[in-house]
Amino acid sequence: MSDIAERVKKIVVDHLGVEESKVTENASFIDDLGADSLDTVELVMAFEEEFGCEIPDDAAEKILTVKDAIDFIQSNSAS
Amino acid sequence: MRRVVVTGLGLVTPLGAGHNVNWQRLINAESGIRAITSFDVSDLASKVAGQVPRGTGDGAFNADEHVAPKDQRKMDDFIIFAIGAANEAVRDSGWVPQTDEERERTGVMVGSGIGGLPGIAEGAVTLHERGPRRLSPFFIPGCLINLASGHISINHGFKGPNHAVVTACSTGAHAIGDAARLIMWGDADVMVAGGAESAVCRLGVGGFAAMRALSTGFNDTPEKASRPYDKDRDGFVISEGAGVVVLEELEHARKRGAHIYAEVVGYGLSGDAYHISAPAEDGNGGFRAMRMALQRAGLNPEDIDYVNAHGTSTPLGDEIELGAVRRLFGPAIEKLAMSSTKSAIGHLLGAAGAVEAIYSIKAINHGVVPPTLNLENPSESCQGVNLVPRQAQERRVRAALSNSFGFGGTNASLVFREVA
Repeated sequence: MSDIAERVKKIVVDHLGVEESKVTENASFIDDLGADSLDTVELVMAFEEEFGCEIPDDAAEKILTVKDAIDFIQSNSAS
Repeated sequence: MRRVVVTGLGLVTPLGAGHNVNWQRLINAESGIRAITSFDVSDLASKVAGQVPRGTGDGAFNADEHVAPKDQRKMDDFIIFAIGAANEAVRDSGWVPQTDEERERTGVMVGSGIGGLPGIAEGAVTLHERGPRRLSPFFIPGCLINLASGHISINHGFKGPNHAVVTACSTGAHAIGDAARLIMWGDADVMVAGGAESAVCRLGVGGFAAMRALSTGFNDTPEKASRPYDKDRDGFVISEGAGVVVLEELEHARKRGAHIYAEVVGYGLSGDAYHISAPAEDGNGGFRAMRMALQRAGLNPEDIDYVNAHGTSTPLGDEIELGAVRRLFGPAIEKLAMSSTKSAIGHLLGAAGAVEAIYSIKAINHGVVPPTLNLENPSESCQGVNLVPRQAQERRVRAALSNSFGFGGTNASLVFREVA
């Protein structure tokens, strides 16, 4: 598993307070991990902070699963 | 008009979490005022406060018992204290609505004087230093005053009236009085009511210090700083916490065999129309609030055995309040006991009225009036009145009156009576 994936999963575990085992790549933040719409905004902010990138609102709206986040960061992040 | 009784009590104060722990420490003449250590006070004039003891020790407040750790950063401390006090009060009342109708007949009215000041301070710094994109989506809901009521209703499924009072230091008393009225008028059968505050932060202390409202002369002896009626008093001590009661229609409570602590018999409200922070010099606003509360209760001054004073330990306010009590009570003041429990816990601002209402109810229940700590040399005009100096006194309390006066000249008085 890539370093980015590990860091994304750690942020999800910390922010949503869920078991690490539940944070699979296909897990949906809202449907599977109990996030609400405000949680997802905060998650995106945490990703921006961690990876030093900017995630525009239209891109953020499409980040629905753990994999969506990893994919976006892999193709847009400098670190 | 329907009758309203108190069937649940919940407290989170500088003396601890839990109404029994609070009462024990209060009548043991313990003080909850300490030096502020949680933030830098080196450039602040007042360096003492009543902060809620945290952790897992005896009587300490453990936020994890009430709000999941991951959610605690989504709300300011005043909301966490409100949730904690409400959990205790609701559990204490034994009221668990079973049907949709029962849930819709149970409401919440928990207010705050200021709301999430620490969060507002942090949010402003974030905006200034890092721009609007770094503001948390939980910044606004974490600071809004009515989110205390919102969270309590969500946690317990209470779908009745959902309201929040904001009347500075009268908030807690107004919340209990107004919530009782909702029950009297039939808008609800049960109301969870009270106040919560946590403005003990650099912005809060700095702001009240700028008004010259805080005690500054006892920074090295924090437990001596809150000394209502004493000649050396020099301002109030800022404190935090929450007080929440469960109010219930009398027959509703009786039918389910609930324990009844007291009846809410009187409520009076008034405005000074005088000054944004100073009380009217003749105490007229407080006088009228007390008189209205007594009239509503159908009681005479001699029926009141205990007054829990607003008594914040400011040079001006304490004597003006006592003057108003003297005028209202006349000769009956000789048999009255009147104390300020702010001497032990400081000034909980929007939570004060609710916390002090609970202390007044406990005085009725236990036949003990709590002391005014640090009252060593009463001011001239405070003499000849039993201000319960330094030690609790045993005495029967048939009915108690609790005063709360807030900035803006807003006054509220509550009267509670024993239930036979």
